[in-house]
Amino acid sequence: MFGLDKKDSTLLLIVAVLTMFAPFILNPFPEGSALAQFNAGYPDLMQRFVIFGIFAIGFNILFGLTGYLSFGHAAFLGVGSYAAVWMFKLLSMNVIPAIFLAIVVSGLFALLIGFISLRRSGIYFSILTLAFAQMMFALAYSVLTPITNGETGLQLTLNDPRVLGQSATADGSIPVTSLFGMEMRQTFQLDMGAWLFQFNVGYYFSAVIMLIAFFIAIRIFRSPFGMMLRAVKSNQQRVNYTGLNARPYTLAAFVISGMYAGLAGGLLASMDPLAGAERMQWTASGEVVLMTILGGAGTLIGPVLGAGFIKYFENIFSKINDNVLHEWFAFLPDGLENFVVFVMHPFIGKGWNLTLGILFMLVVIFLPGGLVEGGQRIAKLFRKGKAKDSAKPTTKPAE
Amino acid sequence: MGILEVKGVNKRFGGLQALSDVNLSVKENTVHAIIGPNGAGKSTLLNCLVGKLIPDTGSVMFDGQSVLGRKPYQINQMGISRVFQTPEIFGDLTVLENMMIPCFARRDGAFRLHAYESVAAEKELAEKAEQMLIDVNMIEKRHMHSASMSRGDKRRLETAMCLVQEPRLLLLDEPTAGMARADTNNTIDLLKEIKEKRDITMAIIEHDMHVVFSLADRITVLAQGTPLVEDAPENIKGNPKVREAYLGESA
Repeated sequence: MFGLDKKDSTLLLIVAVLTMFAPFILNPFPEGSALAQFNAGYPDLMQRFVIFGIFAIGFNILFGLTGYLSFGHAAFLGVGSYAAVWMFKLLSMNVIPAIFLAIVVSGLFALLIGFISLRRSGIYFSILTLAFAQMMFALAYSVLTPITNGETGLQLTLNDPRVLGQSATADGSIPVTSLFGMEMRQTFQLDMGAWLFQFNVGYYFSAVIMLIAFFIAIRIFRSPFGMMLRAVKSNQQRVNYTGLNARPYTLAAFVISGMYAGLAGGLLASMDPLAGAERMQWTASGEVVLMTILGGAGTLIGPVLGAGFIKYFENIFSKINDNVLHEWFAFLPDGLENFVVFVMHPFIGKGWNLTLGILFMLVVIFLPGGLVEGGQRIAKLFRKGKAKDSAKPTTKPAE
Repeated sequence: MGILEVKGVNKRFGGLQALSDVNLSVKENTVHAIIGPNGAGKSTLLNCLVGKLIPDTGSVMFDGQSVLGRKPYQINQMGISRVFQTPEIFGDLTVLENMMIPCFARRDGAFRLHAYESVAAEKELAEKAEQMLIDVNMIEKRHMHSASMSRGDKRRLETAMCLVQEPRLLLLDEPTAGMARADTNNTIDLLKEIKEKRDITMAIIEHDMHVVFSLADRITVLAQGTPLVEDAPENIKGNPKVREAYLGESA
């Protein structure tokens, strides 16, 4: 299918089915039940899943294939957002030109930053990218206020020119982002008994783009170019002495992953047309590194899983507070209940980062290949069990 | 006129004259060994040939073109492949993938953005790579993770990776250094076979006399950065100057 082999086609299909049915899959608990707060099937969060999925897929093309760890990728995300918002302000509320400009501008920035940073490798490369990202953050936050609107962030106003659109709608409000008339915020609701499923235009638009981005990433992984990138990661000396110039290969990977980040930034702005400097902060760069490693660097599906995992925790764990805990543990005797809540308190609400940190440590120590490795181990156990059941001594597990 | 002509090369590291006035000529389709005691400048000379070091003075011409000032990948594209002292292979990749990379480098040059093509569709290159693996008796290992192989097999793979590029000159830097006897013999057999079956020019830097005398057509003895003598192997053994400088201890 589309030039992919059977295994990759299957993977793409599975991801496609999961994203298309996400509003159902992520909403397993009926409304009003105690577990409803673990539901993730609302538009805002689902959009984040796929958009940060795109961000991480792109990051993985650089980090997973070449091993160059960029610590400044959020800069491209931010640049993409600013570019998209400017397009909304000046041209039209259609998301296509906005996303296009976001990709182009972030690609140009990546070309410049990559050209300089890739003169070094290892930790020095990471530091250079971090320095660039911090410079860009500082520029966006204060120096370039006329372009970025400083700490307030870039927003749409009623005075924007919008050449191919209107500055304000008939009822005097700011127009909303759309795809040829389909508003991104539009949501269809489906009531089924106790369940409420929401189908959001913005989510489906982002999901389709993520599928395309995922498909392109698979093609890159399976291409000669991808093989050269893995060669660079494995042994740069041998690459040089095999007649290959490593620099343009790594630069191309850097620019491609920068464009993925810009695409994600453009999509973020398309869902909610504002762009702030905090999107470029180093914590945001660190987050995409976490996503990729947590999911499994160098694997195809890993970054998407990692992005989903982190965004889920960020949104769900941070919503749990002491009252919720008291409700859960109400069956315990009073003293014990208070004690349990006291122990769990630092890990929930604003402390969700602590939980994430612990999970990240556990994954890195016990599953260096990330969640994907965890899945593979489980699959292996399962297969072994099966082989035993069939009791054929000649069957060996594949691999 | 040889395919590789080294003339009047000097290289100095601080107070150490590593190479002084080295002249060397490697003829096409011969195996030329460069021997010498530790510190004679063998590796420095080799590094000057592949672009890792630039000599202070002198010239290094390959097939009429100077290699000086060119980067290693450019020199490789000119037709010089190098086998390292410790095998340099792509350890994270499978044996077949290791073989495919030089095939791509040979066909597509130093850089090509073939990001949307598929490796699986490159039937012709895969055939070429597999044929080379058959030639070096490694075909049954083609799906193995190359880092998990023995040192002898890694050397075999690295040599095959260089050969599949059809180099006009193959440089080998102590191909048997630090190897077990079995692996050494294995490597000698491989190189002998290559020499017999292909028209190839090789320059070998080697410590092990057994290796040198079973392979070389010409031998240059290097001592303290200067070529002492250049001759056919049978004359080298009896040469008193060489005995004094080098063979005295091992013969």
